[in-house]
This record gives sequence, structure tokens and C-alpha cells, in this order.
Amino acid sequence: MTDREQFRPENHPNDHFLLTTVVGSYKKPKWVDRARELWEEPDSGFDDDNWQEAADDAARLITGEHERAGLDVVVDGEMRRTEMVEYFAHRIDGYEFPGRVKVWGHNTFDKPAVVDDVAYDEPWLVDEFEFTDSVAERPVKVPITGPYTIARFSFNEHYDDYEEYAYALADLVNTEIENLVDAGARYIQIDEPALAMTPDDHAVVGECLERIVDDISVGGANGGSSDASDGVSEEVRVGLHVCYGDYSRIYPEVNDYPIDEFDVELFNDDYQQIDVFADPEFEPDLALGVVDAHHAEVESVEQIKQNILEGFKVVPPEKLTISPDCGLKLLPREAAYGKMENMVRAAREIERELDAGEIDVGLAAPSAD
Amino acid sequence: MTELVSTTPGLYPLPDRAKDELADLKGHQKGDLVPTDDPEVTDAYDRARREVVDRQQEAGLDRVVEGQLRWDDMLAHPLAVHDNVDTRGIVRYFDNNNFYREPVVTGELTPGGDIAAELDAATELVDEGLQAVLPGPYTLADLATDDHYGDEAALLEGVTEFLAAEAGAFPEVETLFLLEPSLLESPPGDSADERASDAIDAVASAVDADVVAHTYWESREGAGGLAEKVYAHLLDADLDAVGFDFVNGHNETVYNVNEYGCTGDVALGVTDGQNTLVESPSKIRERVDYVLENTPGADFERVYVTANTGLFYLPVGKFGRKLDALAAVEQEVTA
Repeated sequence: MTDREQFRPENHPNDHFLLTTVVGSYKKPKWVDRARELWEEPDSGFDDDNWQEAADDAARLITGEHERAGLDVVVDGEMRRTEMVEYFAHRIDGYEFPGRVKVWGHNTFDKPAVVDDVAYDEPWLVDEFEFTDSVAERPVKVPITGPYTIARFSFNEHYDDYEEYAYALADLVNTEIENLVDAGARYIQIDEPALAMTPDDHAVVGECLERIVDDISVGGANGGSSDASDGVSEEVRVGLHVCYGDYSRIYPEVNDYPIDEFDVELFNDDYQQIDVFADPEFEPDLALGVVDAHHAEVESVEQIKQNILEGFKVVPPEKLTISPDCGLKLLPREAAYGKMENMVRAAREIERELDAGEIDVGLAAPSAD
Repeated sequence: MTELVSTTPGLYPLPDRAKDELADLKGHQKGDLVPTDDPEVTDAYDRARREVVDRQQEAGLDRVVEGQLRWDDMLAHPLAVHDNVDTRGIVRYFDNNNFYREPVVTGELTPGGDIAAELDAATELVDEGLQAVLPGPYTLADLATDDHYGDEAALLEGVTEFLAAEAGAFPEVETLFLLEPSLLESPPGDSADERASDAIDAVASAVDADVVAHTYWESREGAGGLAEKVYAHLLDADLDAVGFDFVNGHNETVYNVNEYGCTGDVALGVTDGQNTLVESPSKIRERVDYVLENTPGADFERVYVTANTGLFYLPVGKFGRKLDALAAVEQEVTA
């Protein structure tokens, strides 16, 4: 069994299998935001147990929503998390929170400042995973913010440079992923949007990934890290998500990363960048964005099928994962649901056409299959 | 004897109370950033402006800026509020984790007076040392998308005339900082470098004040500092000072100054506008002295001691302490 086949549902209708999933974040229901506000108000009487219950309800709701849309691998929509850097920094020793800063317009975040050596304190995502896994009928993916992005998106008052800082964090991410794998997680996605911002640092991200996957294996046995081309054992799938950047500045270096899958946003500019990955041969699996994460109009099944075909310019069907461009947290829920539902329908239709030998595009052409 | 003048390139963080108040009044979405005459919003900005002017005066800075608190789209602001500009999707602001609305120029950039009005409000709070801040013409054109002028050179010309008219409408100011990060971030090529210099010259000539063309961040091409040709052309503009980022680049800048000379005055970005680590006045002074000692090719009459970038990246507490440290640098005795 390859690491990918373990996610094929038992009742999967087609021989071909285009794994469908999401990047991770999802619009929070209004009552979740309200519950968090109450929990953060000292005099509200809304205690930790109340918040826990609200967060559990939300995670159950969104996990179920992903399953109803038909996704093969689901996420809880990151209902317990605040912001992608802040959430982790609160759980790592070495940070202070000097105050809010602007991201755009009147949107701010509580940007952490590292003031001491970072150290692993408490698990970051193990509880989140265990709960989601317990309520989900489908396999669960765990998105985790990568060390380079945490380093780049926080203030650095302590380390000599970003490289040293990112490597220190990478060792902590390694510990967290070990804990997640021990808890049963088999699909991890490292989010590194900061790489799109400073693509010249692709080697730093590469070294972070080597540290992250070091000795990660199921049951702690036969760690795959001895094989530099694939640091993780077969049972654990590690993806990397990078969005909104110039991919030509990090490819083909990505081929050397110890990852199973590279997740990209390409629909946003209508696949103008797809050719970047065509030469030299793309080595990891490709997780292809096929719906827009920042436009509320739901793409038709037909349109999404056309988008999926773009992926075959780069990888054959057995290496193609289908996903939105980015997290869906900024879309209205109905739009996000509609996009996921159409995405799954489109993937199943393409699979049927592949089974029937009707698709003659790039690496999906029957002769190449 | 070199005179040290403490200042900043503006673009301040909103005080925390104003952050909440304005988010509540204006909202969180793209469409909510359009200019408004809502008296509650105007009032909130007036109070916030007073706060940041007071804070600069309390610190003792030699130049006081208005704060640019209304600039939701950072340096793209003067276009974002213009009638003949459409604001579209959110795009990344240089290599930062910040975003602004893409300004698409759809008609002639007629003078608007938006920035002059801000400065008018500031003159009531500042008796002396008022400093204006504008995006430089090259940077503003670089941030814009053109749907009117037809080509790069025509867009730059349109933006230049617009900024010159804005600057011409200013009340009396002591200094004008023209912020030109794009000279590093997306440097002009052959002949565009000369046009950039002419454009800066045209805006600089529109005001009766000392003009500083301030450059910052690192160049992706070359060694990290300003490209030599870009710098050489920049010196042709009628400027009182060029500003350099000494947080991000050292050697190339020192080399350029020694090789090509410099303006009579200079601005040295010696505190980090993007990091919360507060440099001590002695550390800042050390950096200033380093530059002065290593540029025998120049003899500066005045050094503007400043942060390298605008300061909206910082939480307000750290922002205030950065101002204090900059203002205290004159008291530091050279080692």
C-alpha cells in the first residue's frame, strides 16, 4: 500500500482515485466567534469548559460538512485556532505578545515576538486531531504552520538571523508531528506561505523540512530519515502548501524537498504558472488548487473539470490531489460548501472518464498511463 | 560639525483604541476602506492624529509627522482615495506580510488635496518642525496598475504631475520625505532610471522645503543596496538628502557614497521599523558614527537620524519607545 492508497474510501466508485481534500481553514460560524469573545471576557462566566464544548461542537459541525461534501480527507476547518502564527506562538515557550499590528485595512493580529530560545511546552494540535479523528468517518488531515512562516511572521528580538530561528522552530515542529503520528495522524500538511514572500530562502525551507521529517515514523520504528529522498515512513503523508507567489523562483528546488505532496494555488491566475512545473519532471505528488478561495461565486462542475485537466500537464492521475487554492475561511459558508461539493463531483467524473480511457491530456493520456 | 536631526518616515500605527473604533465604524472588508465624510470617522482620526503628534513631541523628535493614520493602503493611499482610480483585489505589499488594494488608474490623476488637508490639520498641532511624507513618484507608479495612460513612462509622468500638485498645495513644512522603496524592490532599468530621477526632481521642486528621497529594503538584484546606476541618476535630482536603509544594507551603500558622492545632507535609517527590538540611543549613535567614519567621500552638514521604514509594523508600545530612542540620540556623545 502506498501512502496515498490508504486514503481511498472502501466504496470508491472508480478505479482511478483523485484524492480530494481541502487546505484547511474554513469560515467560522458566527456563534463560534461570539463564544470566543465571551470566553476571553473575564466577567462573562463563560469558562474553559464552555469554550471547549463550543469548539468541539464547531469542529464536529465543519468536519461533518466536509464529509457531506464528499471529500476523501477532511479537516475540522481549524475551528479552535485564531490566526496561523499567533495560535502556535501561544503554545511555544519563548514568546511575548507586545500588541496588535495591521495586516491590511483594519484587520490586525496579535503578532508574537520571540524574546528567548523557543522550547516545546505543551502539545499544539494533538487534542484537535484526536477529537476530529473521533468524530470523523473519513481520514483526517492536520495542517500545521511551518517553522519558516512562524519565524518570518513574528518579531525576532532574540535570534541572530531568521535561519537560526527557523531551524530552532523546525525541531519543535518535528516533536509535534511525532506526537501527532503517535496519536494516529497519517496526513500532515506544512503551511509555508512566507516562502512565497521571500522565495530566495528556498534552501532554508528545505533544511527546515529535513529537520521536520527527521525520524518521523509510525511506532517510532524504522525511521525513513536514513533515506534522504524520503524522510518519512510510507504510512505518513507529508504535504507542503505554498500560496500566492512566483513559483518559478522555488522550482525545481521543490523536487529536493523531503515531501510527498506539494500543494499550490494556481487557479487564482488561471494556471498561467502551470508550465513552471512541467520541466524538469515534477517529483512529489501535486495537490492542485481548482477553485478560488477569495471569490464567492461557485465554479461549475464543468469548469472545475477543465481545471483538473491542467494538473495532467504536470503529473499522471495517480499523483494528482484535488483541492481549493487556499483555505476557505474568508468565503461565506454556503459558497465554500458549494465549491467543495462541485470539486468532488468534478473529480469523480474525471475518474470515470479516465477509467473509460476518454481523457487524452498530457500525462493522463492512455499511452502514458 | 554635523548636525543630527531626529525624525521618522511616518506611516504610524493607529493607537489601539482607534484601531477598534475605526474597525467598528468602517468595517473589515475591502469595500469598507473607501474614503468617508462620516463625522464620527473624521473625529476618530482627529483624536488619533493628536495622540501621535503628542507622542512625538513628548519624545522630543526634531521633525514631527502627521502620522499618515488614514493610509489604509500604505504608500498606495494617495491613489486609493482618488476618484479616477478603482481599487480592486488585495495584493501583497512588497515582500511584507501586509496587503493593499490594487489601485487601477482609470482616468487622469487630477490634483485632489487629500494629503494637504491632513497637513493642514497637523499645522494646528505643530508649531515648528512639521514634516510631510509622500510616496515617491517612482514607487507610487510602481504600486499602480495603469488603465489610462498607456505605457510606463506616461503613467510615471501622470503620477509625477499629480504628486507635484499635491505637494504644491501643502501648508508650510520644514521637510518632505519622499519614500522610494521601489528603487530597491523593483529597480528601474536603462532609461527608466533617468526618468525616475527626473520624476523625483519634479516633485521635490514643487515644495519650498528640505526634500529627502528615502530609499529602503534590500535589492533583490545585485548586492542588496541601490544599483549603482540608479543611485548615480538619483543624485541628479535636486534633493537636499538621500535616505538609506542601514538596517538592511551596509557595505553597498557605503561603497556607493564613496564612489559617487552624495547629497549635502543625508538620512540614515538606523532603527528597524519592522522589529520590536528597541535599539538603545547609544546603539543608534554607534550606527550613525559608523556611517560617518566610513564615508570619507562625503561631508554631511546634516544627518537625519531615522527609522528605516514606516512604523505601522509595530505595536504602539514599542513604536513609542522607538521614537524615544531616536530622539535621545543627539545627547549621545560620540565614542
